[in-house]
Amino acid sequence: MDLSYGKEFEAFRGEVKAFLKASWPPSGAAGQGSKDEQLRRFRELAISKGYLGRSIPKKYGGSEQAPDPLRGQVIQEEFAAAGAPMEPRGIGMMMLVPTLLDRGEEWQKDKFVRATLMGEIAWCQGYSEPGSGSDLASLKTRGELVGDEWVINGQKIWTSSAHEADFMFCLVRTEPNEKKHAGISYLLIDMKQPGIDVRPLREMTGGAMFNEVFFNKVKTPKDWIVGKRGEGWLVSRTTLKHERNSIGNAGQMTALLDALVATAKRRKIDGRPAIADPEIRRRLVEVEGYIRAHQYSGFLQMTKDLKKESPGVMGLMNKVNSTHIGHRIAKLAMEILGDDGSVAPGERNLMGAEMDSDSTWTNYYMATVGIAIAGGTANVQRNVIAERGLGLPRDTAADRSK
Amino acid sequence: MDFDLSDEQRMLQQTVKQFLDNECPMAKLRQLFDDEVGFDPVLWKGLAELGVAGIHLPAEYGGSELEILDLAVVAEILGAHATPVPFFSHALAGLAISLAGSEAQKKRWLPALASGERVATIAFSEADDAWLPEQWKLAAGATLSGAKERVEAAEHADLFVVGLAGGKLGVVDRSAKGIEIQRVETADRTRRLGRVHFEETPVEILGAAGIEAARRVCDVGLVLLAADAFGGADKLVATSVAYAKNREQFGVIIGSFQALKHQLAEMAIETEPSRALYWYAAHAQDHAPAEASRIASIAKSHLCERYSQVARDATEAHGGIGYTWEGDVQIWFKRAMFDRVMLGTPRVHKNRAADLAGW
Repeated sequence: MDLSYGKEFEAFRGEVKAFLKASWPPSGAAGQGSKDEQLRRFRELAISKGYLGRSIPKKYGGSEQAPDPLRGQVIQEEFAAAGAPMEPRGIGMMMLVPTLLDRGEEWQKDKFVRATLMGEIAWCQGYSEPGSGSDLASLKTRGELVGDEWVINGQKIWTSSAHEADFMFCLVRTEPNEKKHAGISYLLIDMKQPGIDVRPLREMTGGAMFNEVFFNKVKTPKDWIVGKRGEGWLVSRTTLKHERNSIGNAGQMTALLDALVATAKRRKIDGRPAIADPEIRRRLVEVEGYIRAHQYSGFLQMTKDLKKESPGVMGLMNKVNSTHIGHRIAKLAMEILGDDGSVAPGERNLMGAEMDSDSTWTNYYMATVGIAIAGGTANVQRNVIAERGLGLPRDTAADRSK
Repeated sequence: MDFDLSDEQRMLQQTVKQFLDNECPMAKLRQLFDDEVGFDPVLWKGLAELGVAGIHLPAEYGGSELEILDLAVVAEILGAHATPVPFFSHALAGLAISLAGSEAQKKRWLPALASGERVATIAFSEADDAWLPEQWKLAAGATLSGAKERVEAAEHADLFVVGLAGGKLGVVDRSAKGIEIQRVETADRTRRLGRVHFEETPVEILGAAGIEAARRVCDVGLVLLAADAFGGADKLVATSVAYAKNREQFGVIIGSFQALKHQLAEMAIETEPSRALYWYAAHAQDHAPAEASRIASIAKSHLCERYSQVARDATEAHGGIGYTWEGDVQIWFKRAMFDRVMLGTPRVHKNRAADLAGW
């Protein structure tokens, strides 16, 4: 066991640090122009150095580096420490780009990958429907090929950032006579067109991160399909895998625990700081135990990745494990807040953001329930762990033949 | 970065596992479990011949001079097999002598401990759940008088390492006068406990180090208990899954029912990530001294709570047979009770971790 990154990687860390010191925040000529221009120039420079767009081929705008989780980790740590932007956040980089690189046509990669990497276009994901949540493959939104265009009718729900997105990658039923999974295609859709109606979906927190999207004779060109007709389910599997990996993040959890300790120092219970309350102290340690286990388990998975070994059942648990930790943090926060645990939730706060007020904690108390549902509910995850991890029988095998 | 066991560590685990599969199969384990005394010198000697009694002791006294992680990965295997040997207390007694003994003392005692020829144990706990060096009250000069609680293998030990007031450590030879041992009936019959009374018993103080040596012994002990707990919990998950794939009701295997699948998945979620936690806590004992005590307390409280819960769930997952003496789950269920209590309950170690954080 060796937890140091080793000489080679520490030298690399030095390079990244020096680059960031010189380049972020932009100054001199690089600091001219609008914020967007500065950001674009910085990203181009970071790509030219091989720090960003590492998994993306050069011909599509990336830096095409050999896969190297440790270098990736060093870059992430140093960019975070410097407050420097990495690739655009959001579902485009996280899910669409890997899918296109894997399954897309040459022209699709040319058209979309570079623009997504540079933050010029933003994406949303059209998967869930009102009647199709965990049983996603039962989706009903229809796509019909009329001449050279797909004509799409139906409704999607839980569409994050649909109101800001330029394009959607969308699962649509194009082969109504085929079996359930084989009737779905993966289409790309321009969001800026008539027939698309985006309505915000108000969450229990009062915020509206998600939307409902209604399609009324929406059109998209015949070749804006990834994979063949009826292959959409398989194509989408690539991206779901990516989403589950990226949700498990012990670093954010540690930041939240630190914030919770700070809150416990600020709040009072029985006339003394909450942090002096024996029960609160023990529960903080208990949560920390779970976080540390999650964190070191991440180290182990990264090591397996470096050695090209399978992480086994551990790799299937990240989402539900981090969900559980989120619940524990949220419930302990309520204990620490005392009666102020009844205040209305404040502005939405992403996990890991500064938790500096009571209302951000009441928001988190609700948001953690949302996290348990998004990207595959905890119950679906338990099925995955039991079936793929522990080798127990599938209980939805029957629907494969329908 | 290489957060994984080395090939040598895996081989060590494999060697111990193979030995136990051959020399302590279930029938043998059951026999020792039900036995009045529960200690098999041949089994102990066989394990010692593999080198497990002196993994962490200096090479010049016959040990292998490896790290605490090497010791812990063996504890995991012993925990998985519910092995009825006093590995835990013997390892800590040897560690105490190697940390706080003079050259002469080390030379006198360690070779026979490293070879397993003599069995040593620790006598730390006092009345009112006082496990930690700061809490020890038993005072000693040239002799000591008083009692120690929950001493593992008290009836078989040749040597006692005794925790003394001020966090000092002393060694008492079993042949010394004034020792009276009382058997204590405890739930875990794979690691028997006793109460040891001393009456003007001669003691040799290990004077080469102060309370920090005693703390380190306890920290390493916490890690070993965490490792044992992981081995046991992991074993119970595997056993429960195997049972669910085998047992039929309503004409199908019960592992096809979602309620049970989810329970088994939760058991795995509770257990699996904590493997890396005990590894790190063990690694920290040699490589991260600043956080060694705190992470040891976190790992001990976390693993022992997970093990206790997984043992309850495993019993339930086995249905009626899980609740019987005839069934095997009870053996691990009771080891979880031992691990939870030894060197301080989860409550004690959560308090300690909070204090050490400076909260």
